[in-house]
Amino acid sequence: MREQGIGASVRRKEDQRFLLGKGRYTGDINVAGQTHAYFLRSPHAHAVIEGIDTSAATAAPGVVAVLTGDDLAADGIGPLICGVTVTSDDGEPHRAPAHPALAQGKVNYVGDHVAVVIAETLTQAQDAAELVDVKYRPLPAVSSTGEAASEGQQQIHDVAPDNVCFNWPFGDKAANDEAFASAHRISSIELTNNRMVTNPMEPRAALGEYNSGTEEITLHMTTQNPHVHRLVLAAFNQLAPEHKLRVVGPDVGGGFGAKIFVYAEELVVGWACRKVNRPVKWTGDRSEAFMADAHGRDHVSRAEMALDENGRFLAMRVQTTANLGAYLSTFSTMVPSYLYAFLLAGQYATPLIYSEVKAVFTNTAPVDASRGAGRPEATYLLERLVDVCAADMDLDPAEIRRRNFIPKDAFPYQTPVVQCYDSGDYEAALDQAMELADYAGFAARAEEARSRGKLRGIGFSSYVEACGIAPSAAVGQLGGGVGLWESAQVRFNPTGNVQVFTGTHSHGQGHETTFAQLVCDQLGVPFENIEVIHGDTARTQFGMGTYGSRSLAVGGVAIAKACDKLIAKGRKIAAHAMEAAEGDIEFADGNYTVAGTDKSMNIAEVAFTAYVPHNYPEGVEPGFDENAFFDPMNFSFPAGTHICEVEVDPDTGVVEIADYTAVDDFGKLVNPMIVEGQVHGGIVHGIGQALLEGCRYDSDGQLVTASFMDYAMPRADNAPDFRVGYAPTDPPHNPLGVKGCGEAGAIGAPPAVINAIANAIGARHVEMPATPETVWRACQSAA
Amino acid sequence: MYSFSYHRPASVAEAADLIANAADGKLVAGGQTLLPTMKHRLASPSDVIDLGAIAELGGIVVNGNIVTIGAMTPHAEVAASGEVQEAIPALAALAGNIGDPAVRNRGTIGGSIANNDPAADYPAAVIALGATVRTNRREIAGEDFFTGMFETALEEDEIIVAVDFPRPEAAAYMKFENPASRYAIVGVFIARTAVGARAAITGATDCAHRAHQLEEALANDFSPAALDDFQAPVDRMNADIHASAEYRAHLVRVMAQRAVAACA
Amino acid sequence: MKIDLTVNGQAASGEVEARTLLVDFLREQLRLTGTHVGCDTSQCGACVVMVDGKSVKSCTMLAAMADGCDLTTIEGLANGAELHPMQQAFMDNHGLQCGFCTPGMVMSGLDIVNRHGRELDAATVRRELNGNICRCTGYQNIVKSIREGARAMGD
Repeated sequence: MREQGIGASVRRKEDQRFLLGKGRYTGDINVAGQTHAYFLRSPHAHAVIEGIDTSAATAAPGVVAVLTGDDLAADGIGPLICGVTVTSDDGEPHRAPAHPALAQGKVNYVGDHVAVVIAETLTQAQDAAELVDVKYRPLPAVSSTGEAASEGQQQIHDVAPDNVCFNWPFGDKAANDEAFASAHRISSIELTNNRMVTNPMEPRAALGEYNSGTEEITLHMTTQNPHVHRLVLAAFNQLAPEHKLRVVGPDVGGGFGAKIFVYAEELVVGWACRKVNRPVKWTGDRSEAFMADAHGRDHVSRAEMALDENGRFLAMRVQTTANLGAYLSTFSTMVPSYLYAFLLAGQYATPLIYSEVKAVFTNTAPVDASRGAGRPEATYLLERLVDVCAADMDLDPAEIRRRNFIPKDAFPYQTPVVQCYDSGDYEAALDQAMELADYAGFAARAEEARSRGKLRGIGFSSYVEACGIAPSAAVGQLGGGVGLWESAQVRFNPTGNVQVFTGTHSHGQGHETTFAQLVCDQLGVPFENIEVIHGDTARTQFGMGTYGSRSLAVGGVAIAKACDKLIAKGRKIAAHAMEAAEGDIEFADGNYTVAGTDKSMNIAEVAFTAYVPHNYPEGVEPGFDENAFFDPMNFSFPAGTHICEVEVDPDTGVVEIADYTAVDDFGKLVNPMIVEGQVHGGIVHGIGQALLEGCRYDSDGQLVTASFMDYAMPRADNAPDFRVGYAPTDPPHNPLGVKGCGEAGAIGAPPAVINAIANAIGARHVEMPATPETVWRACQSAA
Repeated sequence: MYSFSYHRPASVAEAADLIANAADGKLVAGGQTLLPTMKHRLASPSDVIDLGAIAELGGIVVNGNIVTIGAMTPHAEVAASGEVQEAIPALAALAGNIGDPAVRNRGTIGGSIANNDPAADYPAAVIALGATVRTNRREIAGEDFFTGMFETALEEDEIIVAVDFPRPEAAAYMKFENPASRYAIVGVFIARTAVGARAAITGATDCAHRAHQLEEALANDFSPAALDDFQAPVDRMNADIHASAEYRAHLVRVMAQRAVAACA
Repeated sequence: MKIDLTVNGQAASGEVEARTLLVDFLREQLRLTGTHVGCDTSQCGACVVMVDGKSVKSCTMLAAMADGCDLTTIEGLANGAELHPMQQAFMDNHGLQCGFCTPGMVMSGLDIVNRHGRELDAATVRRELNGNICRCTGYQNIVKSIREGARAMGD
């Protein structure tokens, strides 16, 4: 292992600028002549707009323009699209209502975009926005996931009767019913998966610049996938032709999914800068993030498991209602369908799984992918159900999992729900987690806690996820509108240093470090001589961006393939220079050596030769710069077991996370320090969902949790230090042997926490977020 | 934020003059509540009179059995004060658990009690300890100071100068925090004094108030067990997404018992 | 109105509106964009700076209130490229991911050291960080960074 190569916990390259306060986030960028945009948003959850009078606002001091949906429509911009088709049970595609970037005649959720005011200063824009006179005729609102499709509810969109976007059954219902009919026992659970506000710490922002000479729009924005943004904005929203649109995601302060999507604000900023022929800047605040970022989760489900007399799973059936909000966000339809139902097997060899997903519209913010996206919902439902099965069968929660695990010699394992798991050793992770968590000592700890008046519980969660999002063919078959390969370009400069261009985007993941480690390891170039460049459509070739824990598993492999090409080309150049046969040239540690001799040439010298080809092999192109694309054969399947211990104060219902152990299979670790950081962050995100976070709308569709004052984000005192271990297996489809790691914690943690609480207080189920009152009430009923 | 005129007087008299002559003036102490409110355009004062430069409003003095805290003393200073820690440790602890460290460096006792947020901590201490609020015009008994949600006995242009806290025999404040805002969902302040138990509750209802029923229950038996059967009136309790009225009523008892235990 | 203050050891002045927030003055006029804004309810702590040696949420202070004050922002800690021990500890312990909350975390870390000294237990640091929100790290490495940074500050 090189000191800064694969497997080393190298300090991050990106940290110096962040620690010096020299990061460059979208909000930090100002340009000459810049104006400021402020969005006027709907205060109503559901209303007809009977008129908008912008005259007073337009005349207000400093106002450059006040633009509405009519202006947008007149210019042929938009509407916003959803890129994944789900076929409903009637054989028709999912119902897709029009999604204008600025309202046209109707608003459908609190925070919906009504108009944009552009002024010389932000306060002038805000002042003027108060002068826009909007006549609303409020309509009844639909805000409940479970009741959205019930009879008598207000219909939100003409195209979607009963507010249903799609009904999507999956699996062999008849065979499933048969298995249930002959089961020894049926265990069931009903639960909600609480709605989350993704809340990366940097709110969304955009800065649009238009050059009337080149007719090019440059859009700096908070994006996880600049090329995807450019593609959609160009091809579907008619903002500008792709070659006249540059999207730059500079430093981005976290994403977790919320910055994947094409939102109204960024589109409007891009359009408005051309319309007013001035740069336009919009910096969202946290209130706007709460109202108008795509939210996550929000399911209501019922699940049943058919068991034999030994506690083996015979069949599972699931009914889920998923809230998609008022409009379809960019990838929304995929989340409660393909990313959810195809993960319902979990780690278990359940032979039959049947699911029905009903996706509904409500007068709430659009719901889309949020850290884990579909997989946390599937895992939570399944892992809660497994604990209920264990209780019903009077089995230890570890034992029932063990009995039903897919055995390690069964890989590749074809699940009944499309996914074919490539590698795994679930029992190894469980064993290691139980050891690290000292499961054997739990009874004594619980006893000691009882002496202090506390109820101590332990909970397991054995999860598997499909990430490394790709492969393109599979995504295409499922109705996805894009390919999901990744690109890379590795360029030697004549002086021997290296620039790596990746189509992924780093917004906290540390790609500038991890990818440099890959290249350092493979090419033998000193770590400090490698620069990773991402996030600018003008600098990097087309790439798909970062989400679904795909950057290393897909993007990293593309980089490795580009390095392979460089090494191969260098071999020809070195052979020529050293007057040896190409077949006699060996490459290791950055040096080309003539086998069996001490003749060697460093790759930097080869690069120089390639740029100054005075003594050069015939037929070889000059230059030392290679491209590669990688489209994997399968998803990546990280898995693991998390064990949580909680202490409940029965007098108040307060839950303390007393201990937490995570043992994960991420394949090979490139930078263990960074991986562990991802694990920590994911776990706390999951603890947030389990204990603290719950986005709530009231029955009028008003957002009740509209700020950090009411929406509880996890803080430093909400969690302890974690025990982290790894039980890696080698994924055969991944040339680097890596799996994704960014979402695992958020997937594994919620059921581990809730299972621990249920165990502590002797309840069958406790809903998330398990707030003190929720737990206190559960304690009352359990007592 | 709407625009306003900013003033930074150097004396209480000057501040009183400014507020009296402003069309719609607002005094600002630490600004930790007023500024967020103004940022959201929920307040639009014509004039903001910053009390931050008035030296006579700061400082902590212990004189015999009276702890005097100047109105502009930040929470952090109260929390860190050796004199307060020695005289009324519960008060120092309360101040040290308001908001977060950066908020405590700016937020002041005068600002907190003048604002009288129904979930604020200081009002419970002012009432339970039988403190006296001194203004530029008069002295107001702590118990009479808090008159309703965000309402106090202060006149429009009256300025709090200091709060005098008599030293109790023992005291404790137990706060059940809102996990998001970290304000009190329920806070109970209990003091054991020469003339008996005194108690105040914040967070639970629309305004911090003295809890006579708690005091009566503790009158003959100052112990947690004396409150075993205590029932706070559910119909007076606040209810919101964080806690129902029933749960708040329950928490009043639990927090009160814990406060009594901590007085031991 | 005109304000004069000291920022990172240098005299600074500017013409501000009464309603200008300190954080906007720092970011927009002094172009010190290391101080961030992550919320509008004074909770996330991305905007924490030192005012006269004490941590303050610069989104909840008027620029006018800082007239005459001595400020330190994240840009004022390092000696050129040489990181302050607290900054170095964040790098060494992977105490940051996206970097957005980081300036506030570092400043709050320094404030904790000022008040609690250089030997900090984890529980103290966790409690004292309750005015700073991070979505990336899960806090464990931030706590570790602050504890190690505190120790290193005496070296």
